[in-house]
Order: sequence, then C-alpha cells, then structure tokens
Amino acid sequence: MEVRTQPFVLNFGPQHPSTHGVFRMRVTLDGEVVLDVEPRLGYLHRGIEKLAETRTYTQVIPLTDRLAYLSSMMNNHAYVLAVEKLAGITVPERAEYMRVIMDELMRISSHLAAIGFFLNDLGASVFTPLLYMYREREKLLDLFEMVCGQRLTYNYMRIGGLSHDFPDEFLPAVKRFVAEMPAYVDEYERLLAENEILLARAKGVGILPKELAINASASGPVLRASGVKWDIRKADPYSVYDRFDFDIPTGEVGDCYDRYRVRIQEIHQSLRILNQAIEQLPQGGEINAKVPHFLHPPKGEAYGRIESPQGELGFYLVSDNSIAPYRLHIRPPTLINLTALRDMVVGWKVADIIATFGSIDVCLGEIDR
Amino acid sequence: MTQLYPFDNYWAHFGVFTVVVLVFALAGVMAFIYVERRGFGPFQLRMGPNRAGPFGLLQPVADAIKVLLKEDIVPTVADKVVHFLAPVVGFLPVLLIFAVVPFHEGHGLLPDLNVGILYVVAISSLGVVGVFMAGWASNNKYSLIGAVRVIAAMVSYEMPLVLSIIGVVLISGSLSMNAIVNGHDIPFFLLTPLGFLIFLVSAMAEINRGPFDMLEADSEIVAGFHIEYSGMKFAMFYLAEYGHALAMSAIAATLFFRGWVGPGAEYIGVLWFMVKTLIIFVLMIWLRVTFPRLRIDQLMGFAWKFLFPLALINLLIIGGEVVGFDGDIPWWMLFVNFAVAGVLVLVGSKSYRLGGGRVEVKV
Repeated sequence: MEVRTQPFVLNFGPQHPSTHGVFRMRVTLDGEVVLDVEPRLGYLHRGIEKLAETRTYTQVIPLTDRLAYLSSMMNNHAYVLAVEKLAGITVPERAEYMRVIMDELMRISSHLAAIGFFLNDLGASVFTPLLYMYREREKLLDLFEMVCGQRLTYNYMRIGGLSHDFPDEFLPAVKRFVAEMPAYVDEYERLLAENEILLARAKGVGILPKELAINASASGPVLRASGVKWDIRKADPYSVYDRFDFDIPTGEVGDCYDRYRVRIQEIHQSLRILNQAIEQLPQGGEINAKVPHFLHPPKGEAYGRIESPQGELGFYLVSDNSIAPYRLHIRPPTLINLTALRDMVVGWKVADIIATFGSIDVCLGEIDR
Repeated sequence: MTQLYPFDNYWAHFGVFTVVVLVFALAGVMAFIYVERRGFGPFQLRMGPNRAGPFGLLQPVADAIKVLLKEDIVPTVADKVVHFLAPVVGFLPVLLIFAVVPFHEGHGLLPDLNVGILYVVAISSLGVVGVFMAGWASNNKYSLIGAVRVIAAMVSYEMPLVLSIIGVVLISGSLSMNAIVNGHDIPFFLLTPLGFLIFLVSAMAEINRGPFDMLEADSEIVAGFHIEYSGMKFAMFYLAEYGHALAMSAIAATLFFRGWVGPGAEYIGVLWFMVKTLIIFVLMIWLRVTFPRLRIDQLMGFAWKFLFPLALINLLIIGGEVVGFDGDIPWWMLFVNFAVAGVLVLVGSKSYRLGGGRVEVKV
C-alpha cells in the first residue's frame, strides 16, 4: 500500500523573523518539501512613485532614501543621475569622485549586512555572524554620519552635486578604514568560507541557472553568481567609473554559496575602487553645478541606472516642463531578482526557502515602494 | 553491594534528596541561563546583560518575574487540555533525570540504581512527548512542523547516543551511575574519545540546541512547537530546555569526566562535579553560538550515515579491548584509542558529505 501525504499551504509572513521586513509567501508543502511558492507583495506600499509627482525634483530625494534603506546613498545617486540626464546638467568632477566614494562605501556596508542576514537566515540563530558584520558596518555608518549627519537616510546627493563637501577628517578616516578592512574580510573568510555547515546548507542549494537568470532579467550579485559578467559600472559606465581599474567577480553554479562568495569578492573590488578614487579625487573646487531653485526640465523622459548592491537600480522620469516629475517609475533590482525565487526553491526543503531568500538580499522598502 | 546512602532511614534519604535534586535543578538552570546569556557577550563582541544586579547576576530573576507577569494566551482553536498539559509533560522528565545523578560518592536520590543509565536514556526521551503534544495541541502549522521534526530527529540521534554510552558501560561493567564513575581510573573521555565525541554531538541533538535546534528554528518556523505559548507555560519549556542541557551536561560529566572525582574529592567532590558540568555546558554554548543550523534531513543523514557507523565501530573496538584485556584496560590504550578516533573521524568526514537533498517535484 502506498501512503500518500497531503500537501498543505503554509503562510510565511508578513510577520516572520526571516522575511527581511514584511514579505509574504504562500508556500505549498508536502511535509518538508516545497511544492510551490507564491510571493504576495504590497505590505509596505507607501506610494513613493505617486508621492513624487506632488513634489519638486529636489524634494523627491528624501523619498528615495526610503527605498532600499540599507543602501540609501545609491538610491540618491540613481535618482539624481536620472534628473541630471533629463535636465542636461553636468556634474563637477570632484562631486563625481565624491559620489563614487560614497557609493562604494555604501556597497561594502550593504554587502556586509546582506552576508550577515544570510547567515542569520541559515540559522546562526543567535546572530553571531551578523554582529561581526555589524562591527565594520558601524564604522561605515560613523563615516556617513561624519559627512551628512545621518546614519540611515542620508539625503546626501543633490541634483548637480552634493549637499556638503567632505569634512577635513573624513578622507583620513576613509583611508584608515580601507587599509584595515581587508584584514577583517579575511577574518570572515577564515570563519565562514570552509565552514562545513555553511557549505552543507548553501552549496548547490537554490541554484539559478545562467539562462534562467538572464530570462528573469536578474541583475547584481544574483546574476553574477550564475556566471554572467554583467555590471552596469562596466557595461554602461556612469559617473567616473570608466576611470577605475576593477574586476567583476562571478560565480560558477549560481547557488547560495556563489552569491555569498560574489559579495565577499565585491567588497575587495570596492576597496580597490576606493583606493583609486581617493587618490584621483581633485583637491578643492566646486561640488555643485549651477541648478535653478525650481528646476523645470524640458519636456521628455530619461532613465538613469546604477549598479546598486542588489543589482540594476533604475529611475525612469517623465517631465512635462513643470517643477514636479510627471511620472516617476523605479526599477527595483530585488523585486526583479525575486521573480526567479520560485524556480530556485521548488523541490527543496522549508529551510532552503529561507536560505535562498536571504541569499538574494532583498529589501522590502524597495520591493513595495 | 555496600550501602552507599548517607541516611539510614529510607524516608529521610528520600525527603532530603528530593529537595536537593529540585534545588539543584532549578538553581542550576538559573545559573546556566545566566552563564549562557552572559557568555554570549564576548563571543558576539558585546557586553551581555549587565544591568540587573552586579555583573547582571540577577538577570535570570528578572526574566522569571517577566514571564510570571505575562498574560497566558491560549489559542481558541487549541486543544485546551493537551495544550495545558504539554509544558508539564515536557518539564517533568528533566527533573526525573536528576534522580540517578550522583553528586558525590553515593550521594544522590538513587545514585546506585542498578539500571541507572538505562533509566536516563528512557526518561530523557520522554520530554519529546511533551514537545509533540505542544506542537499538536497548538493547532498551528509551524508548531506541527516543529513537532514532526522532533520525532524525526529523535529516532535518528537516539541510536548513536545509546551506542556511545554502551562503550562506557562495557568498560565499567555496570549500568549504575555510581559504579560507572568508579569504573576506571582514567576518565572515559580519554579512554574512549570517539565515544565521547559521538555522545556530545548526539546529546546536543537530544537537547535541541546549537546547530541542531531545527525544532524551534526561529528563522524558519519561527519558534516551532512553542510558538503559541506565553507566560509561565512558555517559561516551563524554557526551563525544560535549559534543564535538559543541565541534565545532559551532568550525565556527560558523570559518564566521561568521572563526576565528583578530583583532588580533595572527599571534601569538594560536589564542586568538582559542578565544575565539570559547567565546562561541558560552556562547550555547548560555544558550539551553539558559532555554527549555523543544519537542515532536518541533513541531521538525519548525519546521524544515520556518519554517527551511527562510527558508534558501531567504536563499540566493536571497545568490546575487543574489554575482551582482550579481560575487562581491565591499561592506561596506555588511551593513546591507541585517540589515534584510532582521529583516523576514523578524518576518514568518516572525508567520505561523507552533507548537502544536496533536492526532490523532483511534478508541478
């Protein structure tokens, strides 16, 4: 006699410790085996795209801070990039370098949090790896606070430049951080890279094949872990990224472990970029282009995209020559990376949903907007 | 058999040691909660609790007051009777284990019970019934997954756990805890290192902590079986968890570290016993705070395909030694046993890999 078990539906979230906010999944399970995953979105919808239509172009910048709140600086950058394209504003060179420095610091901070939360999702349930990552993230937050007075929602970039110049003590502090950071990354590697349980839980789990990754329009570390060498900083250089020498780390299989490895290596690449940017940073000079108080970009549209820690972050703007955007659309990288979640986890166990979901590095503020 | 009980009167002995066991278990649990919460601090680059009392020593008291004052919520769809009984059923076996633990030579409720270690194995498995009752009665899918995981995990780790204990029993020639401590001059963790390793890993699975806490897996199934428990009922499960850890540490200290034996054992034997128990618990904290969690099928695979064969080989070797040396294993055999254990663990870990586990699903 064959004994069959009956599939049942389990509701993950929106209140759940591992959903990185208020993500909800309807999971169909057969015992521990996942038969189907259906993401249900919208629990953190704040209507940021609509709100933007009622604000001037500059007033939208603080709204973008609230998208992927672990990488706010990047959101600022992507938005002002779109506006500058729309209005045809050239940004002073020093400001471009300062933006790159802030972006790369932000990328390190975001990747640290992503790795920490990923290990947390794997069940290092008393937060130890996360707290080690936060040791360095704390230093980065101090750096950000030094520049713009904020630790989470920076509101630092402005259309045509930046809100403040760096304070005098900032660059030495960044240099110190860049000098000591590789040792810390090596420490994580020593503790994690060969960890038997991490390998067992992450290697071969949640595989995203190359073709599927491309078809799903995935980007960022998720795409690169599947073996596609695609990085907006190289493919469509913005700011001054074409002046730096850095590599695009890629994975081979596209499993959770590769995504973790790619993030670790990207931290090293970011440090390389930071070293070069600090060296090439022009001393003194204007950091803001001349931009009218009430910007009236000509009728038209523009799409600004950058490589955020999660992937391709794009802002699509339509102008009707008024002081507010006619329409703002945001391309959130994690939402699009998430579309492949179902194909990655079906057939695996309950615990692997959480591991795979954590390895994508989602931020709900961005997914629901 | 010599009369080891310190009190001649049976009822006096029974009364006194019931109180001793209760006080030891509850005070030990509070101490362990403090040691763990405070001990996590240095491991995690933070201070740990340091507000309640000097060095945060009153933190367990503060915790206890908090849970006592909390509202006790019973879900409307719960099976109320079973929901009420589950924490009791979960907590009682933990107290019962201490009945056979000798705190000192012959000092304990039943230290020389002739089926001592068998009793421990039988009773410690009973706690699972309480956990399953909780998971079932809560009428919550997360709870049920946790409860089913408990059963699946138990049938896996119980086997190597018992087999590793049999090695010790073979050498000492008795099931009585008191006799096992006096079984050999060399602590058994030196004499049977492989057995001790297997015991430690299986015991950590038994008490559902560290990398094997998949029944409460807070990042997956939130809190597993006790998701629907609050107030004092939750505290009972909490106590049971730490009590079980205390019991397993005490058993390990008795079986493998010669319990009360140490310099000046006539006077401070109890202290030696407690120190050894604490050392094993700190080892468990260390593992818990360091490692991510295994998946449930990986735990079962690990127990059946790695620990179980090793435990059988260990049993074979010890059996051979006991027969070969006619029950009295010389001290230099520990070097041989260490070498054998090292080779076996290395070979085993190279030939067995965790991981994989995808199931083809028809959609």
